[in-house]
Amino acid sequence: MNCKVQIDKLNIHFGQTHAVKDVSMDIAANSVTAIIGPSGCGKSTVLRSINRMHDMTPSARVSGRIILDGSDIYDRSLDPVSIRRRVGMVFQKPNPFPAMSIYDNVIAGYKLNGLLVKKEADQIVESSLQRVALWDEVKDRLHRSAMDLSGGQQQRLCIARTIAVRPEVILMDEPASALDPLSTLKIEELVEELKEKYTIIIVTHNMQQAARVSDVTAFFYLGEMVEMGPTKKMFTTPEKKQTEDYITGRFG
Amino acid sequence: MKLKSLALRKSFNLGATLLMATATILVLLPLGIIFSHILKMGLQSVNLAFFTNIPQPTGVPGGGMANGLAGSAIMILMALLLGLPVGIFGAIYLTEYGKGRLATVIRFSADILAGIPSIITGMVVYTLLVVPMHGFSALAGAFALALIMIPIVLRTTEEQLKLVPVSLREASLALGVPMWRTSLKVTLRSAMTGIVTGVLLAIARVAGETAPLLFTALGNQFWSRKLTEPMAALPLQIFNFAISPYEDWHQLAWAGALVLVVLMFTLSLAARWLGRSRHS
Ligand SMILES: Nc1ncnc2c1ncn2[C@@H]1O[C@H](COP(=O)(O)OP(=O)(O)O)[C@@H](O)[C@H]1O
Ligand SMILES: [Mg+2]
Repeated sequence: MNCKVQIDKLNIHFGQTHAVKDVSMDIAANSVTAIIGPSGCGKSTVLRSINRMHDMTPSARVSGRIILDGSDIYDRSLDPVSIRRRVGMVFQKPNPFPAMSIYDNVIAGYKLNGLLVKKEADQIVESSLQRVALWDEVKDRLHRSAMDLSGGQQQRLCIARTIAVRPEVILMDEPASALDPLSTLKIEELVEELKEKYTIIIVTHNMQQAARVSDVTAFFYLGEMVEMGPTKKMFTTPEKKQTEDYITGRFG
Repeated sequence: MKLKSLALRKSFNLGATLLMATATILVLLPLGIIFSHILKMGLQSVNLAFFTNIPQPTGVPGGGMANGLAGSAIMILMALLLGLPVGIFGAIYLTEYGKGRLATVIRFSADILAGIPSIITGMVVYTLLVVPMHGFSALAGAFALALIMIPIVLRTTEEQLKLVPVSLREASLALGVPMWRTSLKVTLRSAMTGIVTGVLLAIARVAGETAPLLFTALGNQFWSRKLTEPMAALPLQIFNFAISPYEDWHQLAWAGALVLVVLMFTLSLAARWLGRSRHS
């Protein structure tokens, strides 16, 4: 297996709360890994540690190692900004920049960094929107506010914005939980397609979704990773009793 | 029993309504008196010469406060130049970076600074700038006004920045945008209308300040040629003309008062309008 991200004995504290306990996971390149588990079990916390999003939270303490292509992203010599250019993130609630047009939202990663020339921009906007299957829906109103779009369109725009900067890994934190079933389906199809080029880690509390989109599933409970394995096996013959109870809906 | 309590409730209700109506009138009355009086007195004497001429000796017609208007504009502009960066960057520091002891100290100092009577600010600037520079100056006046502006701008900006959702900052950071760029281009940008509203209110506040200019800009009967010279200001001229014994100067003071009140009223309205339009 070509291992893209390797999480090694990860522990995360918020003050006195021990939110993530001794988690180790190997994540293969160009695969979709789903993280499932009841709410509050530390799914988001693990995900956000993979692009150093906890740097902004003063009470958060992260220990252990997260190896991206052979180097520890928590190494002191590495700049979190350069990590985040390689590891993109899609959030639970669609969060396009409200003051920007659809067009500017797609290239926000370049614009906000003061990069990019005009010609390149057109090309990046079109190809990114094509990839998330949004181009046909918005090509006539690229310069209108992104806030005019529906929730599902906004979320696809956020994915377009993420892939526009060409990351290697994409983290998704319950990307469809605020969306209607049809939009959810579109996001799921998109995840399927995106794994050709990217390594995807997706948090979901929807087990059917995990079963549909992922290659590997990890089950979390109370901050610990209980079990991780091929999705098919996890949903048919899990090794741990807790996993089975959760998957069969006996708790959570 | 039931009827009685109903009657009691009704009379309570009536009493409370009357009380509130009285309170409303008591609040509006002074405002109405001030406005109508200034309007009456000011309209008699405000004319074109008021805006184009400098003050004339008593008895000479056609005096104005052009130099005071210009002086106020210049000193407010300089105060903004000094006060805005300090206030805005201070607020960014407080909301985006400052979580520790220093932030508490800054916040506390800003609150104290905001509570200091402006005449004391004037005295302090007098000893800090006027004495070492051997003279009253527009610079010292602007500095005193900036000191009054800073806490207002700092605290309103801080409030506005806090209203920007965390999710927007995270969206930017997750795209590999450094924190400082995120602060300037996403957070500050999103809060801009609110900040402009705060700045307009800060301008309205200092435009009428007289006390801090008494020992700093001092005032000037003529045009000032340099920022290191004493400079006229509208509220200072109103003050000087109002305490003079001459009737024609009193008239001019009323004209000045009218212009000042209209200016502040416009600024407050603009601020309110901006604040409204943002939410619709
Ligand atoms: N910023 C934070 N500050 C303090 N505690 C937090 C913070 N973020 C998460 N936690 C705590 O960490 C635990 C795991 O939360 P989270 O990862 O959000 O769960 P999940 O995404 O699985 O629902 C919870 O107990 C939560 O209260
Ligand atoms: Mg979560």
